[in-house]
Amino acid sequence: MLPDMSDTVISVENLSKRYRIGLKEEMHDTMVGAMLGIARRPFTNLKRLQKLSAFGKDDHEQKDVIWALDDVSFEVKRGELVGIIGRNGSGKSTLLKILSRITEPTKGRAVIHGRVGSLLEVGTGFHPELTGRDNVYLNGTILGMKKAEIDRKFDEIVAFSEIEKFIDTPVKRYSSGMRVRLAFAVAAYLQPEILLVDEVLAVGDMAFQTKCIKKMGEVAIEGRTVLFVSHKMASVKRLCGTVYWLGNGRLRQGGPTDEVVSCYEKETLDKANSHSQNQIIAVNDEHGVEVNGIHTAIDSQNGISSLIVKVKGRTMKPIARLGIGLQITTPDGTLVSRIGARLAKSIMENVNGDWEGLFEINDITRYLTGGDYLLQVKIIRPMMGVILNIEDASIVHVPQKDFYKAGVYLTSITHGIVPLPVSFHYRKA
Amino acid sequence: MPESIAVIEPEPGWRFINFREIWEYKDLLYFLIWRDIKALYAQSVLGIGWAIIQPLLSMIVFTIVFGRLAKIGSDGVPYAVFSFAGLVPWTYFSNSLGMTAGSLISFANIITKVYFPRMLIPWTPIFSKLVDFGVSLFLLFILMVWFKIIPTIFVLTLPLLILLMMFTSAGLGMWLTALAIQYRDIQHGMSFGIRLLMYAAPVVYPVSLVPDQYRLIYGLNPMAGVIEGFRAALLGTRPMPWDLIGVGTISAIIIALSGAVYFRRMERFFADVA
Repeated sequence: MLPDMSDTVISVENLSKRYRIGLKEEMHDTMVGAMLGIARRPFTNLKRLQKLSAFGKDDHEQKDVIWALDDVSFEVKRGELVGIIGRNGSGKSTLLKILSRITEPTKGRAVIHGRVGSLLEVGTGFHPELTGRDNVYLNGTILGMKKAEIDRKFDEIVAFSEIEKFIDTPVKRYSSGMRVRLAFAVAAYLQPEILLVDEVLAVGDMAFQTKCIKKMGEVAIEGRTVLFVSHKMASVKRLCGTVYWLGNGRLRQGGPTDEVVSCYEKETLDKANSHSQNQIIAVNDEHGVEVNGIHTAIDSQNGISSLIVKVKGRTMKPIARLGIGLQITTPDGTLVSRIGARLAKSIMENVNGDWEGLFEINDITRYLTGGDYLLQVKIIRPMMGVILNIEDASIVHVPQKDFYKAGVYLTSITHGIVPLPVSFHYRKA
Repeated sequence: MPESIAVIEPEPGWRFINFREIWEYKDLLYFLIWRDIKALYAQSVLGIGWAIIQPLLSMIVFTIVFGRLAKIGSDGVPYAVFSFAGLVPWTYFSNSLGMTAGSLISFANIITKVYFPRMLIPWTPIFSKLVDFGVSLFLLFILMVWFKIIPTIFVLTLPLLILLMMFTSAGLGMWLTALAIQYRDIQHGMSFGIRLLMYAAPVVYPVSLVPDQYRLIYGLNPMAGVIEGFRAALLGTRPMPWDLIGVGTISAIIIALSGAVYFRRMERFFADVA
């Protein structure tokens, strides 16, 4: 049954998890029907709430049942730093929730050797009225530490969090950054054999993030195992040796990081490419706005390349002011430039019916090296905020250029994304 | 350190309390209790004074309404101390149950992020509310001195009555927590239900008003035996109501065992429906 399991710390076999999503409300078209509906409401509510935890046999056909995780199997060896990637809703978080025993799987099993520490979301159980000191103990014991253990590590935890001065201040007076630092410090000193991390690095300032990444690396060197869930390919590439890619609850691909991540990025780019045809890309019914075309092109004249972005759409009712914001990232998710509607002055007035917005970014190769970048488009209504957010809207192919006039055409992969203008002088002493 | 091996798989069927695991997490139980106590009185002007004011004001109102106006009998002791002796355990009972229903809100975001024995959630108020209970019990002793009432020898049974009181609260607490995670109605109906339930316990009136043939059915409410026991032991109003305590203990055990099993059955869904 257990053939040489000594080096396998996590083994996941055919793990599946079924969720019931909110059932559709009954619709009534007559007043009598609606009143009867109200009278029947307590009974239908009871049935609906019972269904949340009860499942029938024919669930595979039911529409309100989704398999957040579907027959996933893999193994993790001791000391490995494993990345789990995938788009939102691909089952990454469900997987971590099962491994940290927050929720039970519906089918399959996972065998875990050693203590599991999870950083699913930091600051769990922090009570705002209590001091930092109190919360270290509370949070530590929630994560599974013993009081004696926290006593021993207390000073180190506080030092790591860099909030020595405020340790006896109620947590509600902390900034969000301070809270995250304290919470991460507690979790980092839990010293589990297996550490589960979920995008916690998205918070906190840059210096602290670097510190956290370093800490995760150390944890791995000490022979512990880290499972890191993220959609920031940059950190995954930096940290992880092995990556598993989840899509729609299934394991799409697993293997060495470079291999899997490049397949994942390729798919993301392909998806962005398919947006170039004329079709409804995104709709907001509430505001009656749709986007049906996003095109990017490089326009070269007299050796100067400009990036043209065309966003086409339609509004179902007159809208006084409609704005378009752009965001450019690298394929691994690093933000290159975010130009909101107010900055680009891309606010259209008195829009009704079809509209088209045209952006021109002059001399793009002066600012970016050659390669593929991803474009995000946001449609906003001033004072109301973002009404449409189109991720991976299109790919921007920036041409390579001999920026330094040295016969070298720059690419983002070899030369970085920004060609900095440089000059050099020297004198002999 | 021996390496722990955890097997995570669907666990169908019924299961009972995993005491070994709860022992593993005893430090967490300790800090949860301590958090309750500390957080409750942080940033409140009266602080622990609330533990005195709540039963004290109820006592004054009850003494005026039920003692003076309705002239309800109090078994030969002043109505004030009679009702206070009932209010001390009742206030504990209603506060700890009220907290159980509220604990869902405060625990919802922990349940969805970290694993720990969920059983600690309904157990925490059972212990943390003992602080308030202790304070109001002390006040009862002061009242007894004031009214020159000497407790009977049965004051020695007080720890047993307190245990029965905690056991009852824990049993109902497990039922209510498990139900309230899925059905928010429990939360809405809770304070109302507890208020109604007070009239099904001898808080404002003596058990002697209950006709004899219904006495044992009345005793199915474990708090009836507890409250009447408190009065008999401390005020010496009547002989110890062993029949009520006996029936109440059996019913408390049934409530607690069924509550634990139901809670364990439902807890696997907590993270999904919270």
